[in-house]
Amino acid sequence: MEKKLIRRRRLKNALFQGALISIIVFSILILLLLLYQVFKVGLSHLSLSFITSMPSRFAARAGIASALAGSIWTISLTILFAIPLGVGTALYLEEYANKKSWFTKILEINIANLAGVPAIVYGMLGLAVFVRFLNFQRSILSGALTLALLILPVIIVASQEALKSVPSTLKEGSYALGVSKWQTITGVVLPYSLPGILTGSILAVSRAMGEAAPLIMIGAAGYIGFMPKSPLDSFTVLPIQIFNWTSRPQAEFQDIAATGIIVLLVLLLTMNAIAIVLRNKYQNRMD
Amino acid sequence: MKKITKKIITIMALTLVTPLVLTACGQSGQSGQSLTGEIKIDGSSTVFPITEAVAEEFTAQNPDIKIPVGVSGTGGGFKKFAIGETDISDASRPIKDEEAAMAKENGIDFTKYTVAYDGITMVVNKENTWVKNLTTEELKMIWAPDSKVTTWKDIRPEWPNDEIKFYAPGTDSGTFDYFTEEINGKSGAIRHDFTGSEDDNVLVQGIAGDKNAIGFFGFAYYEENTNKLNLVAVNDVKPSLDTIKDGSYAPLSRPLFIYVNNKSLDKTEVHAFVKFYIENAKDLVKEVGYIPLPDKMYTDQLNLLK
Repeated sequence: MEKKLIRRRRLKNALFQGALISIIVFSILILLLLLYQVFKVGLSHLSLSFITSMPSRFAARAGIASALAGSIWTISLTILFAIPLGVGTALYLEEYANKKSWFTKILEINIANLAGVPAIVYGMLGLAVFVRFLNFQRSILSGALTLALLILPVIIVASQEALKSVPSTLKEGSYALGVSKWQTITGVVLPYSLPGILTGSILAVSRAMGEAAPLIMIGAAGYIGFMPKSPLDSFTVLPIQIFNWTSRPQAEFQDIAATGIIVLLVLLLTMNAIAIVLRNKYQNRMD
Repeated sequence: MKKITKKIITIMALTLVTPLVLTACGQSGQSGQSLTGEIKIDGSSTVFPITEAVAEEFTAQNPDIKIPVGVSGTGGGFKKFAIGETDISDASRPIKDEEAAMAKENGIDFTKYTVAYDGITMVVNKENTWVKNLTTEELKMIWAPDSKVTTWKDIRPEWPNDEIKFYAPGTDSGTFDYFTEEINGKSGAIRHDFTGSEDDNVLVQGIAGDKNAIGFFGFAYYEENTNKLNLVAVNDVKPSLDTIKDGSYAPLSRPLFIYVNNKSLDKTEVHAFVKFYIENAKDLVKEVGYIPLPDKMYTDQLNLLK
């Protein structure tokens, strides 16, 4: 009787495990299929001149230089604005704010809600506030600030989770030694939670890198024939350039759109690789 | 394994560094007689390829000039143009009264220059052997907001009794505005059960994959997909370079415009750009799939500039 029960449980276990594995295999297969398509079409057009040329009306001559530079500018500034602000907010909410006060609760609910607001709405906000009211024009700065707002809620929520995971024994140990609150935060809490914060930030920044809609809304251009040289220059980014090429009637433009996707993927992986290296460095130190 | 990792890291570093190096190189560009400054352009995605081509050629001659070209759509472009955020607005339809009024309120005078023609092209699936021609009345019957047409038989009794699938550009496009205005008499008036997309390639895919589909979009998109689609003549005239140019493909030939802020024209670089635009439009328009105006009209546009 008991053996039968155990066998049934093992069967259930195996079934569930099988289901999970097939789900993973399915999603990876779809990803591979997408990558295969992109690489099959795009790889043959990938060359140094594609990366160093400006867009052109001839697909064979067109390159992605201005969009790549625009993406790097925008995303670097976005990181600069969003991560310190996001981590700071999370620190305040977790370490300083009175958790029971209604004010903190309203803050937290709002942040969670903001994470679900569609990107285009942030674009409208950016157009009204940064482009027009603060008069930053249709610049990289406006774009980066808009994207920073867009990913801020995600960074805050992820950082909060990471900060919550710091064992209270570590913090109390620190206090017991007579260390001040700020020193505890910089010496114990932040280093311990950094891997978690970085993971959340990677996801958020990757999302920002793939956004086109809010940037089109604030007036990022479709054609840029020059290299952006300051945060106040007009700009375009890789997703807008790719979208622009896919909507052309000529099939050759759709091919180089695939090449553009490869460049975007490499840029994305590069950024992620940097973050992962940093994360591993801190993780090893804690172990 | 380590070698591969190293290689990957090198490639990644290159992607990061190359544009920065280029940025640095760019600063020491040629100087001398060439123009400087920034010409801000936004507007129609239909006109975009023409303006992009002109900007590309103009920048080749004047490397220090910056010409960002946006794609907010004709309506979105006019919203920015009317408050003075842009110097030039690409448009695939004439400016609306309320848009012109808004510009006037902000003290903005402008001039309209016609730069090319486009033919809105009616197409059906490759397997559709019966629809060869439609009259303006039939188009109206098919696309009217209160249309009773659901099968081919409803248009002409000898056609099959199969349900039609309708495809049309999205409501934000100038193509949509122009078509509904010309055929249904009011901009935006159209039957509600159509599949819409701002991306004409999506319409091409949809019609190419559905035997009972009918739809319309810019001529360039048909020209690139002649092997997937069948062309429908309108009032017995097929759209082509000649019939669109001489206006015999009616009523679906439409002009494409750029609107220029008159105050911006006082700036040498904007004036030079608009002049360059009109003088070179004839060749560049063809290269990107649109139809140039008759020569005399370009001369008229140039005179308008002076």
